[in-house]
Amino acid sequence: MIPAAFEYVRPSSVDEALAALADPDAKAIAGGHSLVPMMKLRLARPSVLVDLAPLGLRGVTRDGDVLRIGALTTYDDLVRSDEPVPDALREAAASVGDVQVRNAGTIGGAVAHGDPSSDLLAAVLALDTIIGLRSAAGTREVAATEFVLGPFETALGQQELLEEIVVPVHGPGDGSAYHSFEDDASGYPLAGAAVRVHAGGVSVGLTGATPIPVRAASLEAALADGDLGEAAVLAAVEQVELSAGADDPDFTRSLVTAAVRRAFASAHARARGVT
Amino acid sequence: MEIELRVNGRGHALTVEPRTLLVHALRDELQLTGTKVGCDTSQCGACTVLVDGRAQKSCTLLAVRMDGAEITTIEGLAGDSGPHPLQEAFAEHHGFQCGFCTPGMILSSADLLAREADPSDEQIRHALAGNLCRCTGYQQIVESVRAAATAGDGT
Repeated sequence: MIPAAFEYVRPSSVDEALAALADPDAKAIAGGHSLVPMMKLRLARPSVLVDLAPLGLRGVTRDGDVLRIGALTTYDDLVRSDEPVPDALREAAASVGDVQVRNAGTIGGAVAHGDPSSDLLAAVLALDTIIGLRSAAGTREVAATEFVLGPFETALGQQELLEEIVVPVHGPGDGSAYHSFEDDASGYPLAGAAVRVHAGGVSVGLTGATPIPVRAASLEAALADGDLGEAAVLAAVEQVELSAGADDPDFTRSLVTAAVRRAFASAHARARGVT
Repeated sequence: MEIELRVNGRGHALTVEPRTLLVHALRDELQLTGTKVGCDTSQCGACTVLVDGRAQKSCTLLAVRMDGAEITTIEGLAGDSGPHPLQEAFAEHHGFQCGFCTPGMILSSADLLAREADPSDEQIRHALAGNLCRCTGYQQIVESVRAAATAGDGT
C-alpha cells in the first residue's frame, strides 16, 4: 500500500511550517505512526505534508514545577527520561504499541491525533496537563480536558502547531499510575485507567472503553476516601458512558473497574512513598 | 525528490517520490531485499530496520524523512570478521524456520542488546512484541537472543 501523492515540505522555521499549513488539506507530520498508516489506507490524503522533524521540539525539560515536553518527544524518550516524568505518563507511554512504534511515535502526534483509544490521553487528562499551541497569531494554552473534543477531533486549528505538553511535576504526597487491559491483537487498550492521588483528591482518566478518553467525575468522587471495594468502584463505573457496541457491557465495566482499582492502588502507594 | 540515504555505512543519492516508503527504497532502489514486506500495516515487524541504532518499521517511514539518518539493514549487521553474534546464535539455536521474520527479529534484538546487555526472558519477549513469527518459533528465538547476549559478554 502506497499513500496518495502529496507535496513534501521541510520547513526551516515554525513560521514557515505554519505558512505551509495554509492549504486546508495540508497536514503536519511528527512521528507519522498514526498518519502514515492512515495515508497508506487512503483514509487520509493530505495535499501537502509539513515535516515537523527539522524544527527540533524534542525533549523533556524541567521548568520549576512543570515539565515541558516537546511535541516530537517519542514515547521511548518519555519512558527513559531522566526527568521526573509522572509515573502515569511514563506507564501510559510504555503501554503504547511495540518497541518499534515507541521508538518513532511522538507524544505531540498522539495528542494532536486524538485517537479515541489512546493510552497516553488517559494520563494526559488525569495529570491536569496543558497543551501548548502556536499559530501566526501567537501562542495559546489549552487544558487537556478542553482539548479532546471527539474521536480524532481536537481543539488544534488547521494553521496551528502543537508545540509542547506541559505536565505538573509530582510534589510530596502526589502519586500516579496507569493500568490497562490490552487487546492482544491490536495492542490497544480495552480499558485503560490513569489515576493521580494528590492533596486535593483523586483524578481519573479513562480510555479504551469510553467513546473518547475522558475524566471520570463519578470515579474521582468514589475514590476520594480511598478504594472502598469492588462494588463501590463498579457503582461509580456504571455512571460512566461506555462506547456503544461493546459486546458485553458488564464485562467491559468489570475491566474498567479492575483497571481503575489497580491504578489507584499503585498511585496511592506511591503518594505515601511506598513503592 | 533528491535524497541522500545512508545505509549500512554507505551514502546513496536517490530520486524518490515523497510518498515512497523506506522499505521500498531499500528493496527496489538499493536491492537490499533482506528487509521484508509482511503485513504492510506496521504490525508484523518483518520490515524492521535500525534508524540511528533504534528498531523502526520501514513500511511506516517515508524515505524522504530519512535524509541524514544512519540506517542499518540485515545486510549491514555482519562485521568484517563474520556474522554478528545474533546471526550466529539464531543459526546455532534454530531461531528461524522459514526465515521471513528473521531479519526483523534480529534487528529488534540488536536494539534490545544495545540497551540491555543481559536481558531476562521477559525483557526479550517484551522487546520482540512487535515482531511476529508465523512458524510459531518463539521459544527458539528467545533462546537465540539469550545465547547472543551471553556470547556478547564473554561468559
